[in-house]
Amino acid sequence: MGTPAIVLNPSDNVAIALRDLKQNESVELIIGNSKLPIKLLNDIPFGHKFAIKGIRMCDYVIKYGHVIGRAKRNIGIGEHVHVHNVESLTAVHSVCKGGKP
Amino acid sequence: MSRPTILGYARPDGKVGIRNHLLVMSTVVCSSFVARRIADQVQGAVAIENPFGCGQLEPDLEVTRRTLIGMAKNPNVGGVLVVGLGCEQIQADDLVKEIEKTGKPVEKVVVQEVDGGTPAAIEKGVTLLRRMAEDVLSQKPEEVDVSNLVMGVECGGSDATSGLASNPVVGYASDKLIDLGGTVILSETPEMIGAEEILARRAVSREVGDRIIRVVRKWVDLAASHGVDLVGTQPAPGNIAGGISTIEEKSLGAIIKGGSRAIQGVVDYAEEVKGKGLWIMDTPGYDIMSVVGMVAGGATLVVFTTGRGTPTGNPIAPVIKVTANPFTAKKMRENMDFDASTVTLGQETIEQAGEKLFKLIMDVARGKPTRAELLGFREFVIHKIIPSF
Repeated sequence: MGTPAIVLNPSDNVAIALRDLKQNESVELIIGNSKLPIKLLNDIPFGHKFAIKGIRMCDYVIKYGHVIGRAKRNIGIGEHVHVHNVESLTAVHSVCKGGKP
Repeated sequence: MSRPTILGYARPDGKVGIRNHLLVMSTVVCSSFVARRIADQVQGAVAIENPFGCGQLEPDLEVTRRTLIGMAKNPNVGGVLVVGLGCEQIQADDLVKEIEKTGKPVEKVVVQEVDGGTPAAIEKGVTLLRRMAEDVLSQKPEEVDVSNLVMGVECGGSDATSGLASNPVVGYASDKLIDLGGTVILSETPEMIGAEEILARRAVSREVGDRIIRVVRKWVDLAASHGVDLVGTQPAPGNIAGGISTIEEKSLGAIIKGGSRAIQGVVDYAEEVKGKGLWIMDTPGYDIMSVVGMVAGGATLVVFTTGRGTPTGNPIAPVIKVTANPFTAKKMRENMDFDASTVTLGQETIEQAGEKLFKLIMDVARGKPTRAELLGFREFVIHKIIPSF
């Protein structure tokens, strides 16, 4: 079996699960030439994201080396990153209005 | 490391193709059957059956005209036979005049001008085309620099593996081609909604960046004028179930197939790109329309990612099918050219798969046929901007 998750760009703060991953599972990510062990805080279904760096409320979520949204609250390493804790920069009812852009 | 070379057909206008087709093109749907019958009888000939050409308002007619002329001017075409009816809006003579500027051989048949109707027109067309074929098919391809390649990138029948693996793998190949001096066309502007600011920041100038934002938002306004909200409804429930959290993420998953280099400019549907590097063409997200627009704009090769497995091709450009869905790679194996599911399965990195894909692109640019070519897929649809009248 291959690597369990992929980091699409070295500057990303999320990885993508390449299979259904379980809470408390430890995964080893390959980023360039280095390896990064992460313990998962939630179940992460195939294709879904989890944080590989701590992301503070209203910080950018980075995938493909680009901003894909903003954290709606603090997100810990290994935590599921999805609609419950990420908002679009175009969000009408942003929790970050007046906060960090 | 030495630069890769491709096998190119040098055309009189200085452009270089990687195929050598004889194109039989109808000016209007009424002469399409005649065009197909002519092409069927001559080796190396391919027909483009124009579904429009009449009953159009001028701005829409202009899109059809530009597409037909662009297909004929594409350097994958060595010679052209224009087949008209006679009374249609798009006149054969006008197309011939434009296509002649490339210096390629061009002939015409107009059904209403031939004594005897369509059988006589078919006979005349076959004779003209056979004569042209003797010259055009004698041309041998030469070793030319890879920078002559113009690659269109497309996705269709997408699924979660598209944004995860196949589009990033194609993006790697796009960056590599651009770094070698080649050209890449990224299209499907409605699928850039939400990421237009990100793309604008990659533009070579403020002017280009503003144009990117304008062409993307135009689709939002167009949908809104029909009562459809393109922004608020994205990502769709199926996307969210698949792990997509925001509209930016969804759009980036599509855009990444164009790689990460600076955006040189924006062209209209079927308009010729004006230089090397990465270009955006303003096309619908409808994949066949988009591919036709890019080929009419000069793309000599198309790389097409698919999750579910779409078989489509193009009349004159080889279309390389890439899937990263392991099930599609297996089930649709006769239609797929490149299996990127190794990335989805965590067995290869994007770089490793990207290098292999680039090598396949070079092989196809040296004459290796694609599955769509071998199976005879030649889909042709033209973008429409105003209903027919």
